[in-house]
Amino acid sequence: MPSKVIARFSVSYQQILDEKGGVDEKLDPKLPDDKLLEIYRVMLTGRRLDERLLKMQRSGRVGTLPVSVGQEAASGAAALAMEDDDWFVGSYREVAGRIARGEELYKSMLIYGGFEEGNISDNAPRMLPLSIILASQIPHAVGLAYAAKMRGEKTAVLAFSGDGATSEGDWHEGINFAATWKAPVVFLVQNNHWAISTPLHKQMNNRTIAQRGVAYDIPCLQVDGNDALAVYKATKEALDRARNGEGPTLIEALTYRMLMHTTADDPKKYRPEQETEEWKKRDPLTRFRAYLVNKRIWDGDRDGELEETVKSEIDAAIEYYRNYADYKLDQPFDHQFGTIVETLEEQRAEYLKYAR
Amino acid sequence: MPKLTMVQAINLALHQEMERDDTVLIMGQDVAVNGGVFRLTDGLFDKFGPERALDTPLAEGGIIGAMLGMAINGLKPVGEIQFSGFAYLTLAQLEGNVARTRSRSLSKFTAPLVLRMPYGGGVRALEHHSESKEAYFAHTAGLKTVIPSTPQTAYRLLLAAIRDPDPVVFMEPKHSYRAFKEEFEADEEAGELSRCRIVREGEDLTVVSWGAMLHRTEKVIEQFVEDTGASVELIDLQTIAPMDGNTIAQSVRKTGRAVVVQEAQRTLGPASEIIALINDKALMYLEAPVKRVTGFDVVMPYFARENFQIPSEPRIRDALAETLAF
Ligand SMILES: Cc1ncc(C[n+]2csc(CCOP(=O)(O)OP(=O)(O)O)c2C)c(N)n1
Ligand SMILES: [Mg+2]
Repeated sequence: MPSKVIARFSVSYQQILDEKGGVDEKLDPKLPDDKLLEIYRVMLTGRRLDERLLKMQRSGRVGTLPVSVGQEAASGAAALAMEDDDWFVGSYREVAGRIARGEELYKSMLIYGGFEEGNISDNAPRMLPLSIILASQIPHAVGLAYAAKMRGEKTAVLAFSGDGATSEGDWHEGINFAATWKAPVVFLVQNNHWAISTPLHKQMNNRTIAQRGVAYDIPCLQVDGNDALAVYKATKEALDRARNGEGPTLIEALTYRMLMHTTADDPKKYRPEQETEEWKKRDPLTRFRAYLVNKRIWDGDRDGELEETVKSEIDAAIEYYRNYADYKLDQPFDHQFGTIVETLEEQRAEYLKYAR
Repeated sequence: MPKLTMVQAINLALHQEMERDDTVLIMGQDVAVNGGVFRLTDGLFDKFGPERALDTPLAEGGIIGAMLGMAINGLKPVGEIQFSGFAYLTLAQLEGNVARTRSRSLSKFTAPLVLRMPYGGGVRALEHHSESKEAYFAHTAGLKTVIPSTPQTAYRLLLAAIRDPDPVVFMEPKHSYRAFKEEFEADEEAGELSRCRIVREGEDLTVVSWGAMLHRTEKVIEQFVEDTGASVELIDLQTIAPMDGNTIAQSVRKTGRAVVVQEAQRTLGPASEIIALINDKALMYLEAPVKRVTGFDVVMPYFARENFQIPSEPRIRDALAETLAF
C-alpha cells in the first residue's frame, strides 16, 4: 500500500504599498490618475461620513450603528474594481464600498435612523440591502452569480463578509456551492481581527482565512487590506476570472476595526489599546495619500479642496435626512405582498387609527 | 435585599447556579471576556474561568448543537444567543434534535439545557434586533418557552429553567432589562415553570400579558381602574409553552371577560392559543368576546415605525373599555 503525498498547497500574500506609501514597482497595477484619485475620494468620503454618523448617533439623530473607520480600502478599492453591471453584496461594514457604487450619502442616515427607505438606491441598482444576519448574504451572492451565468450575462458578483461571519454554516455552504457550480462570484473577507470582543484565535484554528479556499479548491489569497492597490488588483483579477468563466475566488483582506464594534460597544473591555495604536500606522488613507503625493498627483492644496467638497456633500445629505418627507405612516402595509390581502387591509385600518 | 434590575437579577441567578452546581456552564458569542453585549454574563469568566464561561465561534447552529451534546453527556449548558433575531439559526437543531432527544430515546437521553436570548422591540435598534417570535419556539413540542417580566421573576424562572430536566428557551424582554429596579429576594428559590402569576386580582375583567407588554398593560390598567372604578385582574403568562390554561380559565370563569395583550404579530401568536384555551375551558362563562391587542402581521418595521407596530397604551385602553362595555 503506498503512502504518498497527493496534494500540496500554498497561500500567497500580496502587498503593493508599504506602510509609508512606497510602491512595489513590479506589482503596481499602474492605474490611470483619475482612477487613483477616485479611490482616494471614495475612501475619504467614507471616513468623513462615518465620523459624522458617529456624531449624529451621539446626539440621538440616528440609532445604534457600526462604522467602518480603518477599513475604507478593503471595501472602497474593491468596489471600484467592479464593472457597472456587477453585483455588490455587502454585510454592514462597507461604507466606502457603498459610496463607490454610487449610493447617496443620506441612505445610511435613513437606515440608521430606522427607515427601510435607506435600503434601496436607484443609483446603485445592483446592490443588495445591508445583511445583518452574518453570512446569510453569501449564498445569495452565489445565486445571483448563477442566475447571471444562466442568463448569459457577462457579470460577476462581489460578496463581503467579516472574519467572524466565516464561522457560520451559510458562509461555508455558499462557498461550496460557488466552487461546485463555478459561479462567477468573488468572496472578499474583511478580516479586521475582531468579531465584537472575539479575537481570531477564539474564532478559528486556521492561520489564515484565505486557506479555506484551498479546502474548496478555488483560487485564494491574502492581501494587505489597508493597501488600496493590493485590494484593487486582487479584486479586479478575481472578477475578471469570474466573468471569463473561471469560477469563484476567495480574498482575505487583512485590516483592522479601528473603533468600537457599534456605538453600543466598548472595546476597552476586551482589547489592548496598544494593538489599535499599532494599526494606526497602517491607516489606508495616509498610505494611499503618500503614494499619490510621491506620484506628484496630490498635494496639500488639494486636501483642502477635497475636504471642502466632501463636507458639503455630507452637509447636504444631513439636510435631506432632516427634512425627510416621504414618511408614509403605513408604508409597512404597502410592501408585505405584491397582492392585496384582505385581513391585512383590515389590520392597516386599525394601525392607522393609532399611528401618529 | 438591594433593588436590582433584570440584568443584575439574571446575572446573580447565573452566579449562584454556577456556584451551586459545577456542571452548569455558560457559552455564546462574546459572553465570557466581554460579559455579553448586554452584560448579562458579566463576571462569570473571572470567577469560573474559560472552561465554564466560553466565548464560542460565531455560529448559532454550532452553539445549540454542541450544547445538546454537552447536555446528553452530563453538563448543563446555559447558552446565549445575542439577539432572538439570530436564533432562527438554532431552529433546525431545536426542532430536529433538542426537543425530541427525550422522546425519541424513551428518556434514555435527555437535554437539560437553557437557551437564553433577548427579544422584543422599543429600543431603537437595527433590523433583526426587535421582533417577538416566541411562537416559533412555543410551536415546538418537547421545548419549554419562558418569558419573565420582572427582575424577581426572571431570577426565579431562570433558576427553575436551569434545574429543569428538559430544554428551555428563555426569552428576555430587553426593553425591561434596565427599565426599572425592584426589591429583591436572592434566596435561591426556583419558581415554577408552566405556571402563570396573578399580578393583581380583580372581578370584572381578566387581562393576560407577558414580557415587556405586561408593564405597559399594568400601567394602563392602573389608570383605567382609577378612572372607571372597574375591577381588573392581570395575569403574567410567564411560560408560553406548555401553557398554564387552568389559571387563566379559573380567572375568566370569575370575571366573564378577557383581553390578551401581546407584542408579537397576530397570526398564530400566543394570544390565539390563550383564546382557544378559554374556549375549551371557560366558554360558557363568557359575557363578551375575548379581545386581543397584538402586533400586526407585518415584518417588524425598522424603528422609525416600530411604535405603531407594538401595542400602544391607547390601543390597550380601548380594548379594555370595549370588552367591559360589551
Ligand atoms: C447570525 C448572526 N449572529 C450574531 C450576530 C450579532 N453580531 C453582529 S456583528 C457580530 C460580529 C461580527 O464579526 P465579523 O464577522 O468579524 O464582522 P465585523 O463586525 O468585525 O465587521 C455579531 C456577533 C449577527 N448579526 N448575526
Ligand atoms: Mg471582524
